[in-house]
Amino acid sequence: MSDRFTKSMARNIYLGGGVFAFLLFLGLTVDTMERLPERDHRENITPAVALGKKVWEDNNCIGCHTLLGEGAYFAPELGNVYTRLGNDKEAIKIMIQSRPVEGVPGRRSMPQFNLSDEELEGIAEFLKWTSEINTNNWPPNIQG
Amino acid sequence: MLKYQSQAVAKPYFIAAIGLFVAQILFGLVMGLQYVMGDFLFPEIPFNVARMVHTNLLIVWLLFGFMGASYFLVPEESERELYSPKLALLLFWVFLVAGALTIVGYLAVPYATLAEITGNDLLPTMGREFLEQPTITKIGIVIVVLGFIFNIGMTVLSGRKTVVSIVLLTGLVGLAVFFLFSFYNPVNLVLDKYFWWWVVHLWVEGVWELILGAILAFVLIKVTGVDREIIEKWLYVIIAMTLVTGVIGTGHHYFYIGTPEYWLWLGSIFSALEPIPFFMMTLFAFNMVNRRRKDHPNQAAVLWALGTAVTAFIGAGVWGFLHTLAPVNYYTHGTQITAAHGHLAFYGAYVMIVLTIISYAMPLLRNQGPAATAKAQKMEKLAFWLMTLSMAAITLLLTGAGVMQVMTQRMGDAPLTFMAAQDNIAIFYWLREVAGVVFLVGLITYVASFFTSDKVKTAA
Repeated sequence: MSDRFTKSMARNIYLGGGVFAFLLFLGLTVDTMERLPERDHRENITPAVALGKKVWEDNNCIGCHTLLGEGAYFAPELGNVYTRLGNDKEAIKIMIQSRPVEGVPGRRSMPQFNLSDEELEGIAEFLKWTSEINTNNWPPNIQG
Repeated sequence: MLKYQSQAVAKPYFIAAIGLFVAQILFGLVMGLQYVMGDFLFPEIPFNVARMVHTNLLIVWLLFGFMGASYFLVPEESERELYSPKLALLLFWVFLVAGALTIVGYLAVPYATLAEITGNDLLPTMGREFLEQPTITKIGIVIVVLGFIFNIGMTVLSGRKTVVSIVLLTGLVGLAVFFLFSFYNPVNLVLDKYFWWWVVHLWVEGVWELILGAILAFVLIKVTGVDREIIEKWLYVIIAMTLVTGVIGTGHHYFYIGTPEYWLWLGSIFSALEPIPFFMMTLFAFNMVNRRRKDHPNQAAVLWALGTAVTAFIGAGVWGFLHTLAPVNYYTHGTQITAAHGHLAFYGAYVMIVLTIISYAMPLLRNQGPAATAKAQKMEKLAFWLMTLSMAAITLLLTGAGVMQVMTQRMGDAPLTFMAAQDNIAIFYWLREVAGVVFLVGLITYVASFFTSDKVKTAA
């Protein structure tokens, strides 16, 4: 780099640019927070949905699945699984309940988590609520 | 051989980092096999457990590497002994034991049991990608990192202040600050995801790049003998571009998780610029080596320094750009394309920078002089090429898998189900596993390179 471009000029670009970027990011975050309620429909977060998120986390579901495209890529996307299974909470519950303890020979299989009825209802409600988030029309199709 | 005796505390950190790296790769191979032999080790080690161990070991060993790097370079930059070598050694054992217990916990009991016995309900932070650690482990990490920053900070602030040490310290403080967001876990998934990225993105595409830049600058000063003024000027400009592009670039994660539409534009534009600092880093490394005032005997360290710059640019920069524009990401989001990018970016930027500083520091820490023997360096360079080329192969194969997955599962009038699409791309996964085995061979060669020199010595 040329000698006319001094180290203190470089430092000022770093400090100025860094501070500007973080301030802009904070401003955008404030704006995003104001807009989120109409997109995430938080008014529909019932105690069952909250329990469902806890069940989701306690069993590390994100370790295999994606949820809104984030997570592991070993098992299907679940952000829209409620609609994929025909807007049917029972189908979600049956899917989770029916996993064989010893797995399926040669195939990937979800573990048997032995969830209670209340936990099953929670996870189904959580996935239903998630499917109603405004995600800018993602995923591209029902397969997720 | 060390300029300051307290630099020696870096050694256990580097050894632990390499040991955990080996374990990380073994679990990577388990996962790779599970992709094609779905029942492998099921139900004893289900995929989610193997993945958690794989990614958490990566994070922990990189942190060991960053800490070792700091303990090594800060005394030299500050021209004084470390504030407290005893504290550094104490924190080493605390971190190692806490890390080992956490991994044992992952493997020994079901995750839900681990959550229960570690009191996750008191402050739920578990079960989120990369932040799977029990809350008590997270608190332990905070304590270790704060103690570490205190130690480094006291050394930096009471010694000679250089751009390298100040940038490093800034990166480390940023690392600690953004980790605090891992304790925020709102019941609203969209909010949870929004701030989860403040840990994950603002680490790897933000403050960690400051740490990377500082370590690279330090090694380049040492191995090229180029005037510090020139190197520090480059460092400032690179990290300026990192923050200017990378902070708003967080927006490329805010396309499809419930956040407003303007992020489609902001995230696309700013993250499209994120390759710039990585490209500059490549120019920087080659420029400095070309303008070198001396030929440093440690040519393996020079190779790692050039390699990390190039591979970070390709992995983080080019492979990131491939899927960062919102209309592209609409189809690739959450597919093997992401996995491809993640592997080469982490390897190029962070694995390789830690191996760079280890390569430079280890001969000094082992009283071998400025460089290991020619034979050891030859082996280390072989390991460099085996690991780097096999990781490039893994990336290309996962990219192939990802393209096929997108075409069959995300596009067309009759998209396949997830599992049908997976079955179609099994060949890519098999080849990826082969490349993974080559990577392990490279890693074994790397570890072996540390033991060759002794033989030469005894022979002589």
